[in-house]
Amino acid sequence: MTASVAPATPYTAPDERGHFGPYGGTFVPEILIPALEELKAAYREARTDPSFDETFRALLRDYVGRPTPLTFADRLTAHLGGPRIYLKREDLCHTGAHKINNTIGQILLARRMGKRRIIAETGAGQHGVATATVCAKFGLTCVVYMGAEDTERQRLNVRRMELLGAEVRPVTSGSRTLKDATNEAIRDWVTNVRDTFYIIGSVVGPHPYPMMVRDFHRVIGEETRRQLAEAEGRETPDAVVACVGGGSNAMGIFYPFLNDADVALYGVEAAGEGLHARHAATLTQGRPGILHGAMSYLLQDDAGQVQLAHSISAGLDYPGVGPEHAFLKDAGRVQYRAATDAETMEAVKLLSRTEGIIPALETAHALAALPALAAEMRPDQVVVVNCSGRGDKDMDTIAAHL
Amino acid sequence: MSRIRDAIAAVTARGDKAMGLFLTNGFPDPQSTLPLLQAMDEAGADFIELGMPFSDPLAEGLPIQRSSERALRHGVTLDDAFRTVEAFRRTSETPVLLMGYANPVFRYGVSNFCEAARSSGVDGLILPDLPLEERHLLADDAERTGLGLVHLVAPNTPDERVTRTDALTTAFVYAVSITGLTGTGLGAVDAVAAYLARVRRLVTRNPLLVGFGIRTHDDARRLSAHTDGFIVGSALVSKIEALWDDARLTPARRLAAVQQLVRHLKYGEPADVAAAP
Repeated sequence: MTASVAPATPYTAPDERGHFGPYGGTFVPEILIPALEELKAAYREARTDPSFDETFRALLRDYVGRPTPLTFADRLTAHLGGPRIYLKREDLCHTGAHKINNTIGQILLARRMGKRRIIAETGAGQHGVATATVCAKFGLTCVVYMGAEDTERQRLNVRRMELLGAEVRPVTSGSRTLKDATNEAIRDWVTNVRDTFYIIGSVVGPHPYPMMVRDFHRVIGEETRRQLAEAEGRETPDAVVACVGGGSNAMGIFYPFLNDADVALYGVEAAGEGLHARHAATLTQGRPGILHGAMSYLLQDDAGQVQLAHSISAGLDYPGVGPEHAFLKDAGRVQYRAATDAETMEAVKLLSRTEGIIPALETAHALAALPALAAEMRPDQVVVVNCSGRGDKDMDTIAAHL
Repeated sequence: MSRIRDAIAAVTARGDKAMGLFLTNGFPDPQSTLPLLQAMDEAGADFIELGMPFSDPLAEGLPIQRSSERALRHGVTLDDAFRTVEAFRRTSETPVLLMGYANPVFRYGVSNFCEAARSSGVDGLILPDLPLEERHLLADDAERTGLGLVHLVAPNTPDERVTRTDALTTAFVYAVSITGLTGTGLGAVDAVAAYLARVRRLVTRNPLLVGFGIRTHDDARRLSAHTDGFIVGSALVSKIEALWDDARLTPARRLAAVQQLVRHLKYGEPADVAAAP
């Protein structure tokens, strides 16, 4: 049994005003300030209301299918010849990815606040599907903004959202991907602020979203601790690996381990065609800046214009990143690496053939970091990879690249 | 001593309403911005808002989004905005505010930005994505350099916050007419009037200007009944876009048509004199 080592100061970020060190905050037009105040108050109230947590937990159990398994990847472990590899199976959540933990939490808040119309942005479509799903379940109107390029490469998810009763609005401005879908969702919110609830899909945006979305996903890390105690006789692994676009699945699995200094945390960004070509490695290559309501790292040029990101994975194709990741990077608590499109494709193949699990392209970025990591670790050590989503939605892209 | 406040006060002392006009720097092309500003000034602008284009302008409707994209395609930067103002200042004392989004300003460096803006002749700054919560990030540098800060209020801003906005503003309070983007239509007349009357009672230390959705002289008169003046952006930008996209028109003809619109907005002269070649 290895006892977990708590650092001297327990982790408390963000502060009252949503700052993670210098990051986070509230950089939004005045019209949205009253809506954010209302949301903060509703969330504060909900967190102290036991019935809110009970309803949330019950839905995660009975509707999402939690707890998700922690699978020992024996053949992958043998193949890489390094530490014992476990997969936290968020791909087995209802709708096929972790995203639904957060949409359940936010729609319960929307209902408490009496909002009847839900909007969302989506990249790969997983957050859009998770939002459309809970809107169907709760009988609320749903509009999803999605970049026109993404409606092409993630066609299956567009059909799913439409079947679930959502209206998908393709966004043709700018990069035609997640960044511009987010711009349009914010513009919709500005226009319809009185009756509309914006379900943001990652740990991004103005306060309180980064904190709130993290809190709704922390169940991933909490379950991992319990399951690891059963499987390995210890609550904490030696390392945790997760992919980072906006960074919600990573925050969900990292957060319950932040006070355990002996747990190494690795976030893997999208290096696209390579870090010196087109990529989406915001923390690795970006600089602090302000986009979509928060200060964080940002891919931008010297004039402060936001640059286009590139990744084979629509869910990571975003020039920003959650402010808490920026803070954890500067603090040295999480190490951020990057995987290229090509390395990602290899990882898709590897997990499919060794474990019989086809991962989402986003998830495959985390898996792509394993060979290098395995070489740095001993066979008696344990690493947990957040298997954040399944790859069915990516079959067209995968088929075109294999 | 504030050139903006003085200019607005001089207009209201005559029983008139101050008119602020918005134009994106580098739009419709870098060579045309300065002549347009001069033409707008000559036709009756009481102050100018010069837009600093940004790749992701969240509060803007389509006309200003398109103008920003067009300017950025020409590679326009903040230094170009300073140069435009410097050139404008050679012949005019009309106040100029810069309007844009926080990121380019922070990338430039807040202190350097405020100094460069002031020395080029800029009087004030409007950053719609820098609400009261984050103003401390540039308030000291703005005060040190004498750059006025405009903050916005909206129809859903509570009374207490309007009062606090008035206390922290150092140029004028900008009342957004509707909960929406720039360039969208005005809502129900009564609701807008009641909101502006409420804000008028609460804003006691600063001039109060109204903007968003004003397209005609009638809109301007109606909305500024409760304010010291009004601001027009999208209507002007749309007009300029159409004029510059019409290859049949000479530069002089285009500028004359812009001045026609400006005089319409301010004095109610006929809006559309046929812009034939």
